[in-house]
Amino acid sequence: MSELSELYQAVILDHNKKPRNFHKLETANHTAEGFNPLCGDQLTVYLQLEDDTVKDISFEGHGCAIWKASASMMTQAVKGKSKQEAELLFNEFHRMVTGQFDEETEPNQLGRLTIFAGVREFPVRVKCATLSWHTMHAALNNQELVSTE
Amino acid sequence: MATLEQLIPIKPKPSKGWDVERIRKDFPVLRQTVNGRPLVYLDNAASSQVPVMVIERGAQYIEQEHSNIHRGVHYLSMKATTAYEGAREKVKRFINARESKECIFVRGATEGINLVMHGYGRKFIGAGDEIIISAMEHHSNIVPWQMLCEEKNARLRVIPMNDAGELLMDEYDALLNEKTKFVAVTHVSNALGTVNPVKEIIERAHKYGVPVLIDGAQSAPHMRVDVQDLDCDFFAFSGHKMFAPTGSGIVYGKAALLEKMNPFQGGGDMIKSVTFEKTIYADLPNKFEAGTPAIASQIGLGAAIDYLSIIGREKAAAYEHELLVYATERLSAIEGVRIIGTAREKIGVLSFVIDDIHPHDIGTILDQAGIAIRAGHHCAQPVMKRFNVPATARASFAFYNTKEEIDTLATAIEQVIEVFG
Repeated sequence: MSELSELYQAVILDHNKKPRNFHKLETANHTAEGFNPLCGDQLTVYLQLEDDTVKDISFEGHGCAIWKASASMMTQAVKGKSKQEAELLFNEFHRMVTGQFDEETEPNQLGRLTIFAGVREFPVRVKCATLSWHTMHAALNNQELVSTE
Repeated sequence: MATLEQLIPIKPKPSKGWDVERIRKDFPVLRQTVNGRPLVYLDNAASSQVPVMVIERGAQYIEQEHSNIHRGVHYLSMKATTAYEGAREKVKRFINARESKECIFVRGATEGINLVMHGYGRKFIGAGDEIIISAMEHHSNIVPWQMLCEEKNARLRVIPMNDAGELLMDEYDALLNEKTKFVAVTHVSNALGTVNPVKEIIERAHKYGVPVLIDGAQSAPHMRVDVQDLDCDFFAFSGHKMFAPTGSGIVYGKAALLEKMNPFQGGGDMIKSVTFEKTIYADLPNKFEAGTPAIASQIGLGAAIDYLSIIGREKAAAYEHELLVYATERLSAIEGVRIIGTAREKIGVLSFVIDDIHPHDIGTILDQAGIAIRAGHHCAQPVMKRFNVPATARASFAFYNTKEEIDTLATAIEQVIEVFG
């Protein structure tokens, strides 16, 4: 069960239990809704974007532990970043969990987000980890609805 | 909570003498390890496994009999046609249809329901008419009727259910009226395991002269089905849920109804004659079987029916009932586990949720222990909404499962709860 403990690390379990920025954001000026039609995961990402900087961000919705921890840590990682930095993080995160990027050898800005690297051993769970990121990306780019394959 | 003895509608004969270890030898797929553990396959409601007898029959067809059916005068085509039509005969006996021509080969229950929607619904249902379905339908028995309602400006009505997952028959009575033109209800809920009182549902609809389609995807593999006794007008089921290959399945229809319906798809094999001015359609069942069908799979369905009759359907059903009772006892004893679907009449399916743990996490952790269950909405999103859960975890049983496997499941669920502490 070593791969399993790789997936359900203490940090992930902690964010699942106590998700950060898990509420509606009244000051949001960008929002987007994300769906995973296969498993029914759903979330709304609220973004307060000022001068191209993510001033504040939050999320609401329901899904599995990987989904919730990923969304929680995404909001922490993106808060205070510029739009460009947030997009770069999304790109690195996406390539890491889909196995197109080795976070150990290639330079990156992922920091604590590398704990999601284990998700790539569980292909059916990749979409759980990326839904919040896709939705954040959509909110940044004024799309209102995203749906993962 | 339902009393466990009342869960199965077939009067269970004691399953003494059910040699599950011998039965398991018939299923090669079960002899493997997954993530280092023996495979525990508890996703039978999604798709069941295939016994050697069915595999060999399909292989024999491909090796020795393969050809196109119904059109060759040569030896192989006649062999293929005989085998294919032989499978239809077996289906006829399996569901006790009056005639084999009432058994239309389709890809599965979904295609069967769509065939009836197109052939019957689009011809006979119009603006202002009403179609009744139930609150526990699989998407395959919701979406086609919704599409029809949208096209024809008809109205979809839904029989509600109680908290146990049983249909409210009084509400059904209240929905039936002169505008009702069709009723489509599942025999057994894939998400809850509820066995619906379909005979009564049919009888009440017939008082209004309304035809009834029964979705038998979950019932045909696990209980005796007699379409004449039920007096249903249509009955659809899938081969891959009853120990046959994917791509096999049946929609039964009463001959008189099938005769007056429009064909489903146009093409070869469903015609008597074709000119550019007019096509005369073939007689039943060919009218509904355009193109070359999944011959090997349908022959496999025939072999699966043979297999079920050899092992004894009633004995298998009684044993599956024991498994369900045992699993219900084991899982409901675990603190934090809540069973969704506690109907008095229930077969084969155990849906559950665990406080604060999402079913997908349960599914992933069980998979690491070699246990295959289904996690999600089971293509029954309205059922999830009714029970106010985003998804459930579902263990579903077949006669080759064992009590030891259920013990393995229970232990793994305890581990899940431990991980999430």
